[in-house]
Amino acid sequence: MSSNQSNTAGGGRLKSLGAWVDARFPMTALWKEHMSEYDAPKNFNFWYYFGSIAIFVLALQIFTGIFLTMSYKPSDIEAFGSVEYIMRDVEWGWLIRYLHSTGASAFFIVVYLHMFRALLYGSHRKPRELLWIFGVLIYLALMAEAFMGYLLPWGNMSYWGAQVIVSLFGTFPWIGDALVEWIRGDYYISDITLNRFFALHVVAVPLVLIFLVVAHILALHEVGSNNPDGIEIKKTKGPDGRPLDGVAMHPYYTVKDIYGLSIFLVLFAAVVFFAPELGGFFLEAANFEPANPLLTPEHIAPVWYFTPYYAMLRAVPAFAGTQVWGVLVMFSAILVLFFAPWLDRAPVKSIRYRGPIYKVALMLFAAAFIMLGYCGMKPAEQPFKAMSVIGTIYYFAFFLLMPWYSRIDSHKPVPSRVTS
Amino acid sequence: MRPARLLAALVVLGWPIALSAATHGYPLLDADTDVSSLASLQRGARNVVNYCLGCHSARFMRYSQVATDLALTEEELRDNLMFTGMRVYDTMLTSMPPEQAREWFGNVPPDLSLIARSRGVDYVYTYLKSFYGDPSRPTGANNAVLANTVMPYVLAGLQGVQQPRYEEKPGSNGESVRHLAGLESGTPGELSAEEFDGFVRDTVTFLEYVSEPAKAQRRSLGVWVILYLLMFTAFTYFLKKEYWKDVK
Repeated sequence: MSSNQSNTAGGGRLKSLGAWVDARFPMTALWKEHMSEYDAPKNFNFWYYFGSIAIFVLALQIFTGIFLTMSYKPSDIEAFGSVEYIMRDVEWGWLIRYLHSTGASAFFIVVYLHMFRALLYGSHRKPRELLWIFGVLIYLALMAEAFMGYLLPWGNMSYWGAQVIVSLFGTFPWIGDALVEWIRGDYYISDITLNRFFALHVVAVPLVLIFLVVAHILALHEVGSNNPDGIEIKKTKGPDGRPLDGVAMHPYYTVKDIYGLSIFLVLFAAVVFFAPELGGFFLEAANFEPANPLLTPEHIAPVWYFTPYYAMLRAVPAFAGTQVWGVLVMFSAILVLFFAPWLDRAPVKSIRYRGPIYKVALMLFAAAFIMLGYCGMKPAEQPFKAMSVIGTIYYFAFFLLMPWYSRIDSHKPVPSRVTS
Repeated sequence: MRPARLLAALVVLGWPIALSAATHGYPLLDADTDVSSLASLQRGARNVVNYCLGCHSARFMRYSQVATDLALTEEELRDNLMFTGMRVYDTMLTSMPPEQAREWFGNVPPDLSLIARSRGVDYVYTYLKSFYGDPSRPTGANNAVLANTVMPYVLAGLQGVQQPRYEEKPGSNGESVRHLAGLESGTPGELSAEEFDGFVRDTVTFLEYVSEPAKAQRRSLGVWVILYLLMFTAFTYFLKKEYWKDVK
């Protein structure tokens, strides 16, 4: 490293410190394994930025969350006021709060795009099934994290949103009422509920998330990254034993991901500084009124990232005297994601070499998911009810009929080397 | 409001706006406020102190913060905006006791700290402009935006008492139903229609500031942050290009 004469002494000292650490901790080995000698396919495109951006957003949420926790008070009397205290009296408190609230929505946008990438290029297929399962678990943990975090400002939408979601568990036969009481820790959403949601939001779920993210990355680096061609670069190695179509994670993808991240940051800052409410999508107007157990907001709608599932919930009619079917359908919509790697029977992974059936099916799936999200924000009336039913049926048909249509679909020959 | 909504529509994949404030059909006017205008904010602060704080509080808004943000000295603050016996670090609380408010109006007037965010600037603007004389109400006044409001026609002296204009419309069973079609100026007030619009606009501008004191700072800082990030993006683009030029 230190070719310059005058640097030799300093470089030498740093080197010996490195050697000292390496004798006691695999610092250099880890750096090589995961960064400087981790070979990633060289043909990553736009869709491959969102993994590193998701890690950035997670770090941002933890960082801003720590500072919010310093001034936030998790009690039903003080919570709403303490958020306003952060917005008004804490130095740069408004910026920290907007970074955190915008970060929550950004996390979901990034994760949805990241998941869609997997469906595009077959990144969830063998040998990456476990990688995908860790990913779906991250998505689940993220939903729990977002749901509990949304109660903390103790606005009226926080309160009634939590009321609606928690009461879903009450639809389970026999155990429903006891389950709801157990979740709330009280007979209604109260100070006790707020306190436990705070504990789960700032300690328990973040720990789970970090653990899952580490597992997700370890699983990725074990099997190696997929790529837009859906072929294994490890199959074609050079004389040095490294894949011919790979480039080292560092410096190639670190510089490329920083570039992607900076574009993301421009868009992110545009929201934080010019539209932190994003017209009611990121911060709802009704949440600027304190929680009021006696006054429901005019129209209770969850935050946008939950609305596809909320639409599914409302699409299913009550049957045999219970609403539990809608709840089961909603949970199944997440559950079915775990099986996606095995439902797909196509001989090729990437959409580039797949036939027209999957191409159309996937585009319709994206459209159906967005349509469901839209319906979930609307009041439960026509035509949104009918659209929700169609969207829900399509969502499940996409996955459950996949073993059949992915097999009969045509496919193109896959090249042995990646294309640019 | 407009650019925020446009951005919302673009970013969230062109979804139509779903969460606009419900107004029971009465069309909202465009408040056309500018929270970066110090003059408008200062006039608005005076209006709010004189016409609103008698009954309403803004319990999260500190007088000292108002002075800093509106470029007022402590003396100007005390002389123009504060009642006697208050300290500069106090928040803007009404002197009306809540029990009395309940006795007089049936409930405690809503806190104004966040009213411009929870209801929207256009809503508050239209609401303040849409009172009209209605002898059937205990206060002698009603409101086109919030029907049967218990708030009295506080600005009647300035605006003059507006009169309702009704239209007959066929109802669901074919019978004729009376329907509030609009408001007309009745007795003249102290201010001309134009002056009154300005008065309400200033008032709402101050309430918009009160609901988010950092708003003007947020926007002006945002320009620099985005400019910096665009430069940073250019830098990272060329860095990436430099590293990737030998990857074939």
